[in-house]
Amino acid sequence: MNNTIDFLYLASIIVFVFGLKGLAHPETARRGNLIAAGAMGAAILISIFAPMENGDNNYLWILGGMVVGSVIGLISAKKVAMTKMPEMVSLFNGLGGACAMLIGIVEFKNLDPITPMMSGAVFANLFALFIGSVSFTGSIIAWGKLNGSLRDTLKLPAPQVINLVTLLLIIGGSAWTMMQPELDMTLVFALLALSLFYGVAFVSPIGGGDMPVVISLLNSFTGIGATGAGLIYGNNVMIIGGILVGASGIILTVMMCKAMNRSLINVIIGGLGSGGSSSGSDREQVVKEVGLSDLAIQLKYASKVAIVPGYGLAVAQAQHICHEIEEALEEEGVEVKYAIHPVAGRMPGHMNVLLAESDVPYEKLMELEPANADFPTTDVVLVIGANDVVNPAAKEDSASPIYGMPILDVEQAKNVVVLKRGMSTGYAGVQNPLFFGDRTKMLFGDAKDSLNKLKDEIHHA
Amino acid sequence: MDTNVLFIELFLAQYLPIITILVLASFLGMEIIGKVPTVLHTPLMSGANAISGVVVIGAIILIRNAAADDYLTLGMGFLGICLAMINVVGGFAVTNRMLDMFKKKNK
Repeated sequence: MNNTIDFLYLASIIVFVFGLKGLAHPETARRGNLIAAGAMGAAILISIFAPMENGDNNYLWILGGMVVGSVIGLISAKKVAMTKMPEMVSLFNGLGGACAMLIGIVEFKNLDPITPMMSGAVFANLFALFIGSVSFTGSIIAWGKLNGSLRDTLKLPAPQVINLVTLLLIIGGSAWTMMQPELDMTLVFALLALSLFYGVAFVSPIGGGDMPVVISLLNSFTGIGATGAGLIYGNNVMIIGGILVGASGIILTVMMCKAMNRSLINVIIGGLGSGGSSSGSDREQVVKEVGLSDLAIQLKYASKVAIVPGYGLAVAQAQHICHEIEEALEEEGVEVKYAIHPVAGRMPGHMNVLLAESDVPYEKLMELEPANADFPTTDVVLVIGANDVVNPAAKEDSASPIYGMPILDVEQAKNVVVLKRGMSTGYAGVQNPLFFGDRTKMLFGDAKDSLNKLKDEIHHA
Repeated sequence: MDTNVLFIELFLAQYLPIITILVLASFLGMEIIGKVPTVLHTPLMSGANAISGVVVIGAIILIRNAAADDYLTLGMGFLGICLAMINVVGGFAVTNRMLDMFKKKNK
C-alpha cells in the first residue's frame, strides 16, 4: 500500500514539474498555473487519505483548517488591487514559512525520546524551524516595508555584524543541540527566537530598490523550508516540490541581480544605505518646471514619445489614465511606447502587470536594450514616478551606491519630462542628476492628478 | 578512528538516496526556469510561491498522527494548515488573476 502512495506522490511531482515549466513561457503560463494547482490538490488529497499506522486522523481539524485557509486566501486574492500585488505575494510567502516553523516546533515537542540527537531527523527539524522562521519574519518585514507601515529608516546599528553573529549563533546552537545527550527544549526555543530575529535583521537593512530581489529570495527560502519539513516525514512531494521552488527561486533571484548588475552577495551584505553622499556633481543644481499646456502641445506635435513608468505610477494608481493619454496621443498620430526597466517597481515585471491591467498592448512594451536604442530618435520621454532606474549617476559617478546598474538612458532623447511629487530621492536614497539636466523639465504633483489634467489639455490643445 | 569511519558509512547508507534526490531536483528546478521574459517574472514568482505551500501536507500529516486529545498539537497543526492554505489558494488565485490580464489583451 505504501508503494502505491509513493507512486501517486511521484505522479503529482511530475505534474508539478510540468506546471512550473508551463509557468515560464508566455503561451502556456495560465495553463501551467492551473496544472500546478491541480497537482497541489491531488497531493493534498493523497496525504489526507493515505493509510497511516497510528494517530487518530482528526479529519475535522484538517477540514476546518483547509476551509478557513482557503476562504481567506481566495478572498484576499480576489480583493487585492493589482498595485498591491508585491505586498500580497510577500505576505502569502511569510504564511507558508510560518507553517514550516510551526511544524518544526510541534515535531520537536513530539520527538520520540529514543531518537538519537545526532540524527537526520533532528537535523531536518532544526532546519525546518530555522528556514521557516527566517522566511516568516523576513517576509513580514518586506511586506511592511512595501506597504509603507514600516519606514525604511528601521535600521539596526552595524547590520552586517549583527547578521553574521546571529547566523553563527544559530549554526553553533544547532550543532550544540545535536551534541546533547537528549533534547533540550530551552535550546530549541532559543534557536527559534534567534531565527525569528535573523529574518528581521536580514531584511531590515536592505533598501526598497532591492525589495524585488529579497522577495524572490524569501520565496526560495520558503521552498527550502518545505523541503526541510518534508525531510522530517520523509515525504517526497514536499521534499521535491520544495526544492524545485527553492532552486527556481534562486535562479530568478540571480536573474534579477544581473538586471541590476550586482551580485546577490552585494545585495544582501551591502544593502543600499543612505550613505554614498556623492553630491560632487558639477552640474548646475537648478530644476526647470514645465506647464501643463506646454507639455500637452509638445506631446501632440511629437512624432515619437516614450513613457518610463516606475513605482510612483503604481502608488498613484495612474496606470489607467496613463493608457488613456497614450490612446489620445495615438489618435493624433504620435507613436507611443513604454520603456520598462527590469527592476522598475517593487517586483520583477511589476510594471508589465500594471500596464496589462489597463489593457496596454504587449507590443508597446520595450525592454531595456531596445528602449535605449530607441531613445536618440525619441522626441519626448515621460518619466512617471521612476527615479533610480533613470539615474545617470549609475553610469557616471563611481562613488554612487547604484553605480554600475544598467539604466534607461533617457538623456539621449530630445526632451525629458519627469512627473514627480517632489524633489525627494528615490528608494535608493540617491540624488538624481537627471532632474538638473539641460533637456529635463519637471512636472510636480501626484501622477494621477497631473495625468488627468494633461489629458484634458491634450484634448483642448 | 574506526568508529568514525563506521559512523560515516552508516550516515551515507541512510542518507545518500535522499541527498541524490535533493541534488538532482535542484538541477531540475534551475533547468526548468531557464530564460523567462520579464513579463512573466511576477506571475512565475507568485506561482512558485503557491507551490511552496506544499508544506501544508506536513501539517496534515502532523494532525493525522496526533492523538485526538492532544490539543496543543491539533491547535498548532490547525493554524499551520490555515496559514499554508492561504498561501496555496491565495497564491494560485492571484497568479491566475495576473495571467488572465495577459490573455485578455491577446484577443
